[in-house]
Amino acid sequence: MLDSQLILNQSIIDDEWTFVALPNGNEEVKKQAGKVVLFKLTGESPPSELQINETVIPQNGKIILPLSVYLKNREALQSRLKNNEIALWLATHETLDEFIIIEKNINVFPLIAVFVERFQDGRIFSLGNLLRTRYQFKNTLRAFGDVLQDQLFYLKRSGFDSYLIKTGKDVHEALKALQSFSDPYQGAVDIKEPVWKRKVRS
Amino acid sequence: MYQYDNIDQTIVNERVAQFRDQTLRYLSGKLTDDEFRPLRLQNGLYIQRHAPMLRVAIPYGLLSSKQLRKLADISDRFDRGYGHFSTRQNLQLNWPKLEETPDILEELSKVEMHAIQTSGNCIRNITTDQFAGVAPDEIIDPRAIAEILRQWSTFHPEFSLLPRKFKIAVSGSKQDRAIVQAHDIGLEFYYDKEKKMAIRVWVGGGLGRTPILGSIIREHLEWEHVLTYCEAIIRVYNLHGRRDNIYKARIKILVKALGIEEFKKQVEAEWSHLKNSPNTINENELKRVAKFFTSMPYEKLNDQDDAFDQAIQNNKAFASWVKRSVHPHKQKGYRAITLSLKPHGLAPGDATSAQMKIVADLADLYSFGELRVSHEQNLILADVKLKDIFNIWEKAKAHQLATPNIGLLTDIICCPGGDFCSLANAKSIPIATSIQEAFDDLDYLHDIGELELNISGCMNACGHHHIGHIGVLGVDKDGSEWYQVTIGGKQGNDASIGTVIGPSFAAEEMPGVVKKLIDVYIKHRNPEERFIDTVRRLGVNPFKEHVYA
Ligand code: HEM
Ligand code: SF4
Repeated sequence: MLDSQLILNQSIIDDEWTFVALPNGNEEVKKQAGKVVLFKLTGESPPSELQINETVIPQNGKIILPLSVYLKNREALQSRLKNNEIALWLATHETLDEFIIIEKNINVFPLIAVFVERFQDGRIFSLGNLLRTRYQFKNTLRAFGDVLQDQLFYLKRSGFDSYLIKTGKDVHEALKALQSFSDPYQGAVDIKEPVWKRKVRS
Repeated sequence: MYQYDNIDQTIVNERVAQFRDQTLRYLSGKLTDDEFRPLRLQNGLYIQRHAPMLRVAIPYGLLSSKQLRKLADISDRFDRGYGHFSTRQNLQLNWPKLEETPDILEELSKVEMHAIQTSGNCIRNITTDQFAGVAPDEIIDPRAIAEILRQWSTFHPEFSLLPRKFKIAVSGSKQDRAIVQAHDIGLEFYYDKEKKMAIRVWVGGGLGRTPILGSIIREHLEWEHVLTYCEAIIRVYNLHGRRDNIYKARIKILVKALGIEEFKKQVEAEWSHLKNSPNTINENELKRVAKFFTSMPYEKLNDQDDAFDQAIQNNKAFASWVKRSVHPHKQKGYRAITLSLKPHGLAPGDATSAQMKIVADLADLYSFGELRVSHEQNLILADVKLKDIFNIWEKAKAHQLATPNIGLLTDIICCPGGDFCSLANAKSIPIATSIQEAFDDLDYLHDIGELELNISGCMNACGHHHIGHIGVLGVDKDGSEWYQVTIGGKQGNDASIGTVIGPSFAAEEMPGVVKKLIDVYIKHRNPEERFIDTVRRLGVNPFKEHVYA
């Protein structure tokens, strides 16, 4: 059996990608008007220029880069992009309206990985939906971070086909959750039509 | 009413299996408390002060007698023989065991019921008018769309973990009885100039800590687009609603922060992509669902019945009950009847399993085997013949279901409060019962006339205190329980949020405070003027002065 937490479609596979994290960018709390505000939870604080500049980009191999780091190094990365070595790392608050103006064809990325810091953060579902329907992303869409079995079915329905299950959680159990419901009511990304268009109902 | 086909039934069965597995994983330590919390909440399971609480969904408040009997059985087998009907038309069991909840859900599934999305940060039970389908002032029966919304919202993948809970109410009558303005989305149905069914869409209403009445986001929406338009609204909310502070996470806060114009702009931009997408409904689907909500097989009757009129003449107690509990009906010779779950001195909204069985029998005998739950926490037999009303009264009276107080001061809306709820600042049930006992004189009660008194045990406002003509809110002052009083709140088309009259009171002062408010009203009222109208005419000052004199 593979020692991997990564699911692609219905199978557990080895991960050939390496995440490139921003250095120590996770300053957890900021003071505001005397109150502790957890900016990290809302994801509203963009990475600093310093963090972006100090991110070490490995010279070889398939790497997943934070959006900000990719944008900063876009020119230099073009040849590796053509080699299918560059994937995009999105946070759940990073909407793509502006990015899409710069990178008109997001299918240049073989993989987009959306990081969900807390599993309760349901923005990931809207993001998946937008990537698949609005921006027509056709390649692998991966969820990583606090990815748990009980959200997989919703992730699948929102357009994800790859899930890096949180360390310590049983990936085989998780696989089963992809089949939780056989005939969902509403149309979504995976099954587009609502059930009353798919089946004859009394 | 709606009946499951095998698609509905499979979904509910699969849910039971899923929740059984989740509960087992939790009990065996594979799921942490934090991981299990949203899972159990989305199945209506709270962890309360003494025990878990399970909230069972009653979609748009409609129940069959068979379902009510099952609820009675469940409360006998798994609980302490009673249940609490809530302001959101659901049923709450206060004493289930966590490890038995999968079995309870399995029992529910046998009668086409569930607890799906009765709590948690998702789209909750769709609510509507308890008189839907029978009210004379109804323009459009909203139940078919309510059922379509129920199916669409059940496990909607994109909206399964919203910033906060999301409540949708639908209404299709001239007089709004579904409080559409106090919901995250309120859908008001009407016929437009082309005689086509259309929807006025309200957004951003809600009570709770920050009470706000909704704003109209769209005056005219063609009904086919109801789901995709809701998707546009909820997507904007899902992406931009606050997630850092649960007290600021409801859609109302986002709508206020952006302003309704900007919010609308974003929603319309989103909708331009979603409009006509596959979830758009069509005539066939509406018809398919609507056929479950057609009129009952009524007999052709006169709108008058001698025996009924005579009973009113001869029996004062019956007459005063009829005055409060019998409501007009679109069909000649038929009436809707409210059975009061507010006997003086007991917890408002509670029903024992014995009472549930009696009501189920009454529904079978006299009302086509169906009944409704109102957000005022009473039970309704919606299709009763005039000639049967006296019989119903006698049976209901024998089981404490015929207190003649519907719409009156003692028909109190009340949350479980400090007796059950771990979020409470103060108890609410004892306040309700002490007020009921203070106003136990029925003649006086009827003389005071229509009055809505709502009590919540904390600012979460489960008892809708902001929109009570008199609202009572439990507050905590240095660890002891106090009560803040508002007046002038109202539900309906001309909804308003009440005004605080001043510093809060101790529990034992409360009946006296309400008496003083009533004294001012009685002194100043014009003939036929209701309490709320007197408050609106005079403002709060005369009331305040007398209470604090
Ligand atoms: C006993 C356990 C209960 C707990 C822990 C609970 C918790 C809460 C909380 C935290 C809120 C506020 C949410 C917010 O403003 O964002 C709320 C709102 C509400 N609850 Fe409950 N509740 C309970 C029982 C009930 C019952 C029994 C009813 C019906 C009688 C009810 C009806 C409502 C309603 C109508 C609101 C909505 C107010 C609004 O529009 O924001 N709840 N509840
Ligand atoms: S209003 Fe407060 S005390 Fe009452 S049920 Fe809701 S959360 Fe509990």
